[in-house]
Amino acid sequence: MILHELLSYETLRVIWWVLLGVLLIGLAATDGFDMGVAALIPFVGKSDTERRVVINTVGPVWEGNQVWLILGGGAIFAAWPILYAVSFSGFYLAMFIVLASLILRPVGFKYRNKREGFAWRTRWDWALVIGGAVPALIFGVAVGNVLQGVPFSLQDNMMAIYPGNFLLKLLGLLNPFALFVGVVSLAMHVSHGASWLVLKTEGAVQARARRIGTYAGLLAIACFLLAGVWLAFGIEGYRYVSEPDHFGPSNPLLSEVVRGGSWIDAYATRPWIIIAPIMGVVGLAGQVLLMRLWSGWSVVAGKVGIFGIISTVGLTMFPFILPSSLNPDASLTVWDSSSSHMTLFIMLVCTIIFLPMILAYTSWVYKVLWGKVTPEEVSSNPNAY
Amino acid sequence: MEFGLVELSRLQFAATAMYHFLFVPLTLGLSIMLATMETVYVMTRRPIWRQMTKFWGTLFGINFVLGVSTGITMEFQFGMNWSYYSNYVGDIFGAPLAIEGLMAFFLEATFVGLWFFGWEKLRPRAHMFVGWCVAIGSNFSALWILIANGWMQNPVGAEFNPMTMRMELVDFYAVLFNPVAQAKFVHTVSAGYVTASIFVVGVSSWYLLRGRHVELARRSIAIASAFGLAASLSVIVLGDESGYEATHNQKMKLAAIEGMWDTEKAPASFNLFGIPDQEARETKYAVKIPFVMGMIGTRSLTEEMPGIKDLVKGSERRIRSGLIAYEALLQIRAAKGDVTPDVKATFEEHSGDLGYALLLSSMVEDPLTATDAQIEAAAWKTVPGVLPMFWTFRLMVGFGFFMLLMLTYMFWTTNFRGGRYPQWALKVSVWIIPMPWLAAEMGWFVAEFGRQPWTVDGLLPTALSASHLSVFDLAVTLGGFVALYTTLLIIEMKLMLAAIRKGPVHDVEAVAAWNARHAPIAPQPAE
Repeated sequence: MILHELLSYETLRVIWWVLLGVLLIGLAATDGFDMGVAALIPFVGKSDTERRVVINTVGPVWEGNQVWLILGGGAIFAAWPILYAVSFSGFYLAMFIVLASLILRPVGFKYRNKREGFAWRTRWDWALVIGGAVPALIFGVAVGNVLQGVPFSLQDNMMAIYPGNFLLKLLGLLNPFALFVGVVSLAMHVSHGASWLVLKTEGAVQARARRIGTYAGLLAIACFLLAGVWLAFGIEGYRYVSEPDHFGPSNPLLSEVVRGGSWIDAYATRPWIIIAPIMGVVGLAGQVLLMRLWSGWSVVAGKVGIFGIISTVGLTMFPFILPSSLNPDASLTVWDSSSSHMTLFIMLVCTIIFLPMILAYTSWVYKVLWGKVTPEEVSSNPNAY
Repeated sequence: MEFGLVELSRLQFAATAMYHFLFVPLTLGLSIMLATMETVYVMTRRPIWRQMTKFWGTLFGINFVLGVSTGITMEFQFGMNWSYYSNYVGDIFGAPLAIEGLMAFFLEATFVGLWFFGWEKLRPRAHMFVGWCVAIGSNFSALWILIANGWMQNPVGAEFNPMTMRMELVDFYAVLFNPVAQAKFVHTVSAGYVTASIFVVGVSSWYLLRGRHVELARRSIAIASAFGLAASLSVIVLGDESGYEATHNQKMKLAAIEGMWDTEKAPASFNLFGIPDQEARETKYAVKIPFVMGMIGTRSLTEEMPGIKDLVKGSERRIRSGLIAYEALLQIRAAKGDVTPDVKATFEEHSGDLGYALLLSSMVEDPLTATDAQIEAAAWKTVPGVLPMFWTFRLMVGFGFFMLLMLTYMFWTTNFRGGRYPQWALKVSVWIIPMPWLAAEMGWFVAEFGRQPWTVDGLLPTALSASHLSVFDLAVTLGGFVALYTTLLIIEMKLMLAAIRKGPVHDVEAVAAWNARHAPIAPQPAE
């Protein structure tokens, strides 16, 4: 097949790097508010009816939103196989914690209302809090570790090795900077969930969501800015000594990388990327301010903020995707960890066909479900959660 | 690699996959049945059909959510536990998984919420459309997963790239239209339809035995037995097709299923009973039916079916050929691809057998130094456990035929006996509810255990595929998954039983109103 040569390997790699970002942003901007809402259940809903209202604001949509996670996994597997292999096995126990909490979430939504009883429902409420808060925190912790570099190396046959004791490895992931980025992520998700609740609820629940959302949004902005300062002065960056062939085979060991300097140097060579952190801060600030005026636009502003924050990480690190602190040469970058030319092309064609369809029918579903969720609606609908 | 790591990784994958597949088949079949019931409702506007749709929909929802939950693990486990595999074949294997998300799972998951929440928000036609989207989405999901799995059984359209040390895609159409994948897809979704049919017939029979919800139960049996009869025929035909395909690409799997150690003269006979003995390399107490195996495997009376011992000799030849490829590969890598055309030609000639040389890598440090005895031992490793294969397969087929008989009987009684089901038939229908699940799990066992010692047949040995983890890592996650899944499974079964006991929500007024309007034209069947 010659068709795939319509786009150069280099171009496709950059496109798939952008799509990787689109998937992560899609996840945080859709499933992100489900996680935020779940994390807030016992704090914004004081009675059972209130909690049911909270859960039912995301009840009909969380399943679709969660597919961004599944699709993210699949797309990284297909487009960045070595990234998929190294990151998921390298963060093994952390991934297990994420999976275990994510598994609780669908079940919590669906089963909570299947039985009466205070103990049964309270238990599922907390399962949902875990299912919302833990992944949001750990995703941030993972990003914090990626920025510092992850201790892995690659053998000559491409087998990924992570030396050291399993427990120390897990604790190593929970270092101060990574935890701080985790807080940024958690606060960002919680404030986004709160803005969704302000849009979809009324009365006491809405007032509580607005208050918590304001604090969480301000915390997210402050921590995001502080994390930037920390990154500039406290964290070493990575750079190429010899840049690999942008059209060459995907083998990370063919290039030479050193640790040193700062990630912030990227802003000297590519000044335009400053737009990403600005969007992050302005978006989150808009979310907080608009929560009182137009709650619909507050949610939109929150998504702009998420777009800015996640783009900031990607653009700051470009072309690095997963640097190795142990053996910098093994670092995974845009130029040496993608799939083959043909796979990238075929996957791009599939994405161009299906992504617009997904966006179209998802918008239709949201349109059908438009409007506030009220206690009356929740108690009259036998299918409500 | 530490001792036990690969075994634990396999156990974890098998456990999580088999838990996942407790929920998937019911979703596959019930989604289609729900959409069908709702279509009948939209066409006739008889409230009973809406009531049926809602009732079976409630059970569908309880089951569906655990399919979704346990499915999350599946998507990430390749990278977590099989990182070498993920990098080695991700260029091909990852694509169908990603397309599954894009094309199928998004459709299914986006509409399933609306299906449950949209009864009052959508007009009947639009709601029916949503139901069909869920059904189509879940079935397309299965298609892409089985294209991925089919590639592990019959890896087509890929080539090894010495510079990246992995398999890379060369022919996407071959992967897509892999005959093994197509046969497996139809076989697997049909098994899902049978599962849902047996479930619906069983639960309805329980209602009839108790004299409850009679109208709903009779209609449900009518629709499920017809659907199930067609599906079980399809399971058997496509199972047979899988056997035929296995003759071409997984002769060893077929020989193990058959407990056939020595090559038989055409037409081969079928061992109905026997006790295969791996050590002695023979099947004791074999009861043979002449001609049958030759017919299944080759669809002819003249072709030979190779036995295990001859296949092992073939494996030995391929190991030796693979070693030539391996040596050339080392030269290519040492020279960063800058080698004479001779070396390249040698590599290309033998690269198809490279995987066989890798079988040695878990036995000796450097495969090139392997002795003849080691090569022979490695060749014998290509034989999966014959006893479990032999019996699991026979039980699966036995269950399949029993379900076919039962569904045929229920279908015949419904249509030619005025639905006068005898007590025994209703009781049997209730008791065999677990049977399709057992058969489905056994089917996966035969397919995947029979693929051993490979993760990708002939390309990558299982022993080499696992991540570099510690036994402790695996102990934590295996224990964690089993504990979590078992808890959720128990909760699910309790909720299922409670929902079945509670029965449908009676829409008394709507039914009465409909009957008042339509009674003169369409009299109610005597019940």
